[in-house]
Amino acid sequence: MSTLEIKGLQVSVATEVGFTEILRGVDLTIKSGETHAIMGPNGSGKSTLAYSIAGHPKYTITGGSVTLDGADVLAMSVDERAKAGLFLAMQYPVEVPGVSVTNFLRTAATAIRGEAPKVRTWVGEVKEAMKALNMDTNFAERNVNEGFSGGEKKRHEILQLELLKPKFAILDETDSGLDVDALRIVSEGVNRVKSNSDLGIMLITHYTRILRYIKPDFVHVFAAGKIVEEGGPELADKLEEKGYAEYTTA
Amino acid sequence: MSTLTTNYLAPTGREEAWRFTPLARVGGLLEPATEISGVASIRISNPQSDVNFSIVGAKELPAISQSDDLATLRAREVISEVTHIEIKANAQLSEPLILERSGLTGKPQASRTLISCGVNSHATIILHNSGDAILTDEFEFDLAPGANLTFVSLQEWNGQAVHLSRQHAIIGKDATFNSIVVTVGGSLVRLLPTVEFSGPGSSADLQGLYFATDGQHLEHRLHVDHNVPNAKSRVNYKGALAGDKAHAVWIGDVYIRSNADGTDTYELNRNLLLSDGARADSVPNLEIETGEIVGAGHASTTGRFDDEQLFYLSSRGIPAEIARRLVIRGFFAEIVGKIKNEEIENRLMDRIDAELAKVGA
Repeated sequence: MSTLEIKGLQVSVATEVGFTEILRGVDLTIKSGETHAIMGPNGSGKSTLAYSIAGHPKYTITGGSVTLDGADVLAMSVDERAKAGLFLAMQYPVEVPGVSVTNFLRTAATAIRGEAPKVRTWVGEVKEAMKALNMDTNFAERNVNEGFSGGEKKRHEILQLELLKPKFAILDETDSGLDVDALRIVSEGVNRVKSNSDLGIMLITHYTRILRYIKPDFVHVFAAGKIVEEGGPELADKLEEKGYAEYTTA
Repeated sequence: MSTLTTNYLAPTGREEAWRFTPLARVGGLLEPATEISGVASIRISNPQSDVNFSIVGAKELPAISQSDDLATLRAREVISEVTHIEIKANAQLSEPLILERSGLTGKPQASRTLISCGVNSHATIILHNSGDAILTDEFEFDLAPGANLTFVSLQEWNGQAVHLSRQHAIIGKDATFNSIVVTVGGSLVRLLPTVEFSGPGSSADLQGLYFATDGQHLEHRLHVDHNVPNAKSRVNYKGALAGDKAHAVWIGDVYIRSNADGTDTYELNRNLLLSDGARADSVPNLEIETGEIVGAGHASTTGRFDDEQLFYLSSRGIPAEIARRLVIRGFFAEIVGKIKNEEIENRLMDRIDAELAKVGA
């Protein structure tokens, strides 16, 4: 059992006019096996939360803490956070020209596991994971995210989730840009990882659509840089019906 | 040994062609008073039956192209022998012909080579430059109709080497010339990959990569002369620079003459600055005398490391140093992969890794 604990997290970003505060004291605790949906309007700071936890250099932490089983995540470098068991599935995965998916996955797995995976079992492992995500085998020879469709990028993120087996996954708008079939395949992938590894999930989304496939245990409404309401799955139904108006105009 | 007898004038550095070059570092190659010895500097390491190799008197085999490059003119002036490599007509070389050039004296030398590709021949030639050199040399390529030549020029010189070179192709009707230039070694390298066409339907694909570290001056000046109709050219050079006073110069001149209807050309130069103190000059020039063309374009970019790429890789547990190496290898992979030789690819990438580690980038 692991715990990801976010306490009073305050985050700013440098802009042309100086620092702008985006997160204004976020409190959230996620345990292994739990799925927390973070829902909120555009611009409320959901992605900033995701990237700050992962350690993106653009964001400056001005207060609060993030710990993973008591270890100070904010003191870790980006790769150390991943090695500690955090995974961020990005909304806009980055193209890395000239680096093949095969090479990338193997380099990442070697880093995370602390040793190079055995060639024979590794190839099978990758193939199986790709098959489960309906990915063509020639995918492995392509360059990381280069020329991928929106759906392919998201599948590639979940492929990494399957292979790197983190303790906690932050899924940042994984549903955006997916058609119904792709959404189902990607969601099934997330559920498969969760059932195999007791993964804790922070599921960031604007829409309730993905929650039909990935069932949240908790729903948190995010507005103006903090969590403004919390509840169970029924809160998502309310949002579906009424939208975010009451949180943004308040 | 020979000194110049003609009214040759050394460049002053104010000429357009020499304004980027640190003339004090060219080992005297351009000074009229310098004694330069001609040398047949190339040996074939894997002779093949469809390839003739001979060394002939310079008077029997005069240059086949015009040049106003002073380093080339000096080479032509001082050499007495020309190395001639002939690919027989219709030959299909099953493996690349490897040309080794090493063991030069480190004193001023000059060399000239003609490579003739017969009608409908198909060949890959890899020139491997290594060791010491103070060399001005010229390669001319004469591609008969339908010939297909891939010429890979690897500048893997040691750190003191000086190399001034022209590699000029005359591309016949329906012939294809692929040039891959890789410059990673040398104190000063100034290389002129240039092409002209002698028949329509011909094409040139000029690819290159350079990696300049501390104090290296690596200069590539391309010139594509679209002097016939319906020829195609592509230029793609990628460079990375790291360390103090690393300097790369890329000039891409494309000239579309008034008779060159149906020309299709595009040139691209991309530079990656890995540290402060490095400088990349990139100057594409396109001169067009006819509007009846398929396309003509150019692009030049010079940028720093993409932090988003590094973040993406690091967020998957890959340490920053390995992530940087992956990105740089990836940046060059497009060019290096075209050599289609794993041994060379690994050797080049290892050298780039080692030089990166040396400058701590």
